[in-house]
Amino acid sequence: MAKKRFVVGCFDDEEVLFPAVKKVRTAGYKIKDVYTPFAVHGLDHALGMRETSLHTAGFIYGITGTITALGGISWILTYDWPLNIGGKPHFSLPAWIPIIFELTVLFAAVGMVLTFCYISQLAPFVKRHHFHPRATDDLFVMVIETTEKTNVEDLKAFLSNAGAVETDSHFVEEGWWIGRYDREEMPFENKQIVAA
Amino acid sequence: MSSSITIKEQFEIPGKLKTWAFALMGVGLLALIAGFATKTGTEEERAVFIGTIMYNTIFWTLITNASMFFIAVTTLAMGGWQQSFRRIPEAISTMVPIFGAITLVVLLYIAFTGNHHIYHWLDTKSVETDEVLRGKSGFLNVKFFTIWTILAIGLWSLLGWRMRQLSNEADEERMDTEKGNSFIWRNTVRAALFIVWFALTVGSTVPWLWMMSIDAHWYSTMYSWYTFASSFVSGMSLIALWVIYLKNKGYLEYTNQEHLHDLGKFMFAFSIFWAYLWFSQYMLIWYSNQPEETIYFKNRVQGPYKGLFFLNLIINFISPLLIFMKRSSKRNYTLVTFMAILIIFGHWIDFYQMVMGSISKETVTLGWLDFGILSFFIGLMIFFVSKALASKPLVPKYHPFLKESIIHHT
Repeated sequence: MAKKRFVVGCFDDEEVLFPAVKKVRTAGYKIKDVYTPFAVHGLDHALGMRETSLHTAGFIYGITGTITALGGISWILTYDWPLNIGGKPHFSLPAWIPIIFELTVLFAAVGMVLTFCYISQLAPFVKRHHFHPRATDDLFVMVIETTEKTNVEDLKAFLSNAGAVETDSHFVEEGWWIGRYDREEMPFENKQIVAA
Repeated sequence: MSSSITIKEQFEIPGKLKTWAFALMGVGLLALIAGFATKTGTEEERAVFIGTIMYNTIFWTLITNASMFFIAVTTLAMGGWQQSFRRIPEAISTMVPIFGAITLVVLLYIAFTGNHHIYHWLDTKSVETDEVLRGKSGFLNVKFFTIWTILAIGLWSLLGWRMRQLSNEADEERMDTEKGNSFIWRNTVRAALFIVWFALTVGSTVPWLWMMSIDAHWYSTMYSWYTFASSFVSGMSLIALWVIYLKNKGYLEYTNQEHLHDLGKFMFAFSIFWAYLWFSQYMLIWYSNQPEETIYFKNRVQGPYKGLFFLNLIINFISPLLIFMKRSSKRNYTLVTFMAILIIFGHWIDFYQMVMGSISKETVTLGWLDFGILSFFIGLMIFFVSKALASKPLVPKYHPFLKESIIHHT
């Protein structure tokens, strides 16, 4: 996997973050992501992200579940192993609807969770670089992609101007990897103890 | 909210709306008179005629009452998003005493004339010989029917009126914390009282008493919830229609697509809830296959009502499910208008087959009389709701939760 340089700007207030996002985008920088301690309403809009397709995927998984259940039960109970249950016809749809419903929900739910994990690159043993440990606590961490032509110091100054309380630049792994964190990448390492 | 923002608070009834209301009422009255002249020859015909009025008036009473239920339930849930348009459900709920009075007159007329073609339990001879009817006579008798009907309609009106009175305080002056807290607390108490009475009536006894008892032998505990789901989803559609109408006329500046989206969600979710209850009631009876239970579905699923019965399921479940599933369709004013009209019509058909499927088992009576009476009720609703809307500011300016509604984001 490729290593890349990112510039990080940390904000401590939503009210500052939103105009900053707007400024950074109009200045032409490419925001990789904004890591926030909680879901911020409207941030996806401000970042110009497209509407998620997860619900379309969910619909397709659901329909798959419906067809699987309907096909499965009707094949079993009318063709493969017909049973006389209470004198009901072999093809008795009302009795199957709860099962069809359950399988629809199961397929949709499990499928959507797995898809979500796949697109957000979440899995056991998969590691990603943490840009700032306080992103899970009280900081809104904006990460900007750079090219060779980007002047990192200029960008940092720009971010500070836009209200960032802390700026930094990281030369790190862009995507995910399987394995472990290097010593300097440990997100919650207590540096003081190491120094002593 | 700064006081410099000016909004159109006062609804002025457009002349066209009044014309429409009077035209619809006129058509309805003509249909009523023509029906009375031509359709009341025999006792069976008379039962059909009164039954047609009865299901219409019950339908409209329940769906306008659902508006007050919506206010009460969102108040209890400390909801803020509905405040920017809460005057609309309030205005719709002013119809409860009016439709309720019509319902009361019709039901008491049936009960006191002993019309056993509608309510079989009114037939005193059958009650004496029939063990099932005798067993139910503690619940199904004229005295209890009368008292409970008067109590139900009276308390819906009274408790709803008290909720609306309290809402007037939000027009008077800016509230400080203490006053706001006490305002919300009194709202909570009154909403809770309404909900309790609503649960005891619409949530259980009233649909059993008014509609299920037409088939005096048959029973289903699910019936009331089913009726409630039906009336609530149509009630939400009615609110959505008025919201869209007022938006089109340039009122309700604070109400936008976000609110429409949530109304759409209610319509979507409760269509599915309705289908869930429909299916639960149907499947249990289908599965156990007891003759005394399947009798209800016999003429509906296999008899003359077959078409309406399945049309009902398509309109009220399949179409909302498929059309309202997408987020963008719940935010589209045209589509929500179309679906709201479709849902109200669908549940009107549902009420039709619930009542008339039992009164007139052999023939489907749906015809000009039904649509005529429906138009009378629509005209009445438009006339009085627009009047109620014009009598108050459209936005409760100083409601403590109004800001939450303005910045609402789904």
